[in-house]
Amino acid sequence: MMNPEKKRLRRTMMFLNAQKPGLIKDPYIYKPDSIMLDLEDAVAENQKDAARFSLYHALKEINYHGCERVVRINALDTPYWKEDIRCAVAGGCDSIRIPKTERAEDVKLVEEAVAAAEKEFNISQGRTLIMAAIESARGVMKVLEICESSERLFGIALSGGDYTKDLQTRITGTGVELMGARQHMIIAARAAGVQCFDTVYTNLDDMEGFRKEVESIHLMGFDGKSIINPRQISIVHEIFTPTVKDIIFAEKVVKEIDDKKAKGIGVFTVDGKMIDIAFYDGAIRTIYMAKASGVYKGDL
Amino acid sequence: MINAVGRDIPDEILKATGKEVFQGIHYRDGYTYKKDGPVTRCVSDNTRSKLVDSIHDALIKCNIKDGMTLGFHHHFREGDYIVNMVMEEVHRLGIKDITICASSLGKAHDPIVPYIEDGTITNIQSSGVRGKIGQAISSGKLKGLAIMRSHGGRVRAIESGETRIDIAFIGAPTCDDYGNCRGIGGKSNCGVLSYALVDGDYADQVVAITDCLVPFPNFPAHISMTKVDYVVVVDAIGNPDKIATGAAKPTTDMRKLMMADYCTQFVVNTPYFKDGFSYQTGVGGASIASTISLAKIMKERNIRMRFGVGGLTKPMCDLLANDQVDCLLDTQDFDLDAVESVKDLKHFRISAGEYANPFNKGAVVNKLDFVILAALEVDINFNCNVVVGSDGEITGAQGGHPDTAAGAKCAIVIVPLLQGRIPAVCTEVTAVTTPGESIDVVVTDYGIAINPKRKDLIDAMRGVDLPFKTIEELRDIAYSMVGEPEKVKFDDKVVGIIESRDGTILDVVRKVKEYTFADN
Repeated sequence: MMNPEKKRLRRTMMFLNAQKPGLIKDPYIYKPDSIMLDLEDAVAENQKDAARFSLYHALKEINYHGCERVVRINALDTPYWKEDIRCAVAGGCDSIRIPKTERAEDVKLVEEAVAAAEKEFNISQGRTLIMAAIESARGVMKVLEICESSERLFGIALSGGDYTKDLQTRITGTGVELMGARQHMIIAARAAGVQCFDTVYTNLDDMEGFRKEVESIHLMGFDGKSIINPRQISIVHEIFTPTVKDIIFAEKVVKEIDDKKAKGIGVFTVDGKMIDIAFYDGAIRTIYMAKASGVYKGDL
Repeated sequence: MINAVGRDIPDEILKATGKEVFQGIHYRDGYTYKKDGPVTRCVSDNTRSKLVDSIHDALIKCNIKDGMTLGFHHHFREGDYIVNMVMEEVHRLGIKDITICASSLGKAHDPIVPYIEDGTITNIQSSGVRGKIGQAISSGKLKGLAIMRSHGGRVRAIESGETRIDIAFIGAPTCDDYGNCRGIGGKSNCGVLSYALVDGDYADQVVAITDCLVPFPNFPAHISMTKVDYVVVVDAIGNPDKIATGAAKPTTDMRKLMMADYCTQFVVNTPYFKDGFSYQTGVGGASIASTISLAKIMKERNIRMRFGVGGLTKPMCDLLANDQVDCLLDTQDFDLDAVESVKDLKHFRISAGEYANPFNKGAVVNKLDFVILAALEVDINFNCNVVVGSDGEITGAQGGHPDTAAGAKCAIVIVPLLQGRIPAVCTEVTAVTTPGESIDVVVTDYGIAINPKRKDLIDAMRGVDLPFKTIEELRDIAYSMVGEPEKVKFDDKVVGIIESRDGTILDVVRKVKEYTFADN
């Protein structure tokens, strides 16, 4: 049976250095959907064990009030990743994020280590999910096989910094350098039925630029965005949460389709718009998003 | 004797000070008394100059002697040179047993600690102290008692004659040779001299110290020549970089922004948020952020503030510049924008007495709708501590905290639930410096607690989407994260008293005992 958490709401996924108690003690007060406790780039080479220590105790001791706890492990070509997984799973994390994923085998390798850790620490099998970060041209080209590599995999995420280096370009702020990867990834994710998350936006002084980028990736179909500061949360949530107008329309569409279907009518109008069964899934998704975002008070 | 906030005030302290225990914030409402008056030495000879060559000479002319009380103001904040310069000369003259009565003392005054240790200074009366003076008092080095009193309380003590200032030293950014002082202009421009006005009115002798002597008349004077005995010109009365700096950049700390947003949302959902409301806030990041977000909502809803009051900062002055407030009432300027704004015709200087003296026939604080405050600790009875650190050392100042809290219709305290690893919401504060009966709301990063006595505010918040909790719940969250801290260990010796604004005793501060680890 599919782990129901695979499809949970993940509009925002906030990076936090797992070694910083001040950061990891209470990020849930800002209400991100997920937090990503980082053992990789944010942690110095000689501090990996100290970071694992604080990560484990944070996972064990802190009530994150329903906020998903993702742990970013070190890359698979380092000596750290296996112990990272043991600590994270022993602590009871919800998901593991694999950095620099380039092939389905990477996910399978992590899947095996996660399963072994779940067994070792008496965690129910299949509880710990996986997500894959795509950080290279090769990763982008292999993205469909990555999306379909594991039952535990709930989604993929673009990591723009490393990806643009691999592409021999840079983050320009226009989005042109990420256009191909974003498009390719969202298509693959949808084809495989997993979620897709956009890369971070690092210029905290440019909240307008951030807003534009979030609007753009929302329209492309992404499920959410990686963020680096709690100030970014409200903007993402605002854009990813259906408006009252959207919700009312979706509610009408669902109810009308259900009603008309019973009466054998296939095509009709709602608020002057031509509607048929093709609108049903989209409307259901709007209601689902509104419910998950806590703004839907209706009866659907 | 147990007072109205449950604190046990030792009988010997009541006997030694002649004071009563605190009995509620309006205990002395309607109290009648005759004001004290200064001894005045007339100047009718038009050939007599008030200019003296040095602080030393001024002290000699004022017949400085053992046991005198000297008055100081704190408008130069951490840039003040006056206290140190004067006390150095007092020490050089071998004078002992001085009482300092300052509107506040800070780290800038660390150099006077040796004069506490050698008995030159034996008593301190101040809104608060920070740095090494606080450490010296808390370790029992001050021979007499430190009295911590609010800005309004200081004016009360002086006007009622409880404290008689023998010589007041008024640092004046500009002054003429006849003693007309202004807070504006010169190198040490601080905008206003509000806290020093009572010194001018009630001290027996008044010495103006300036680093910018201007031609007579330095008008309009903030402290008139009619009150000044001597004028001393020195090279510098303060460090301009530490008196009023450029406006602080609005905070980007999400925790503070979130608390500011909670505070603003609370304010705008109260019945007091309507055209003509009044408001005071502090200088902390969250307070400033809440002023900025409030200004936005005022604009959106077309609501205008009648007056803003207090120590002022750029965001408050922006309200005046943007025509969102009718006038500002100024007791202190915290940044250069506020100093500059003093020139505005609707930006009025007021005295500390007008601002907050509870023994007036009414003070400005009584007309406040909202005050936004901070605190070191708040307890489950809403008592606040803004003076004594959680380590037991004196490290803060009452300022106008108890005055505005008592006067405002809605007193809101913004405090992060944890100050580092110390719970800011706790069962019992280390010292009560503002009584809980005057605190209406506590806003933290984990939720908002309304004082259960304010049923009207609780009713007003029904249906408002804010994270309301009881104060006990907030305390429990804090304790669940960092544990309940072990109580600070104090000696029996009382080193200071926390005076209520009406002169009764809210609490005492005892000598800190050195920490020892329990044997396991």
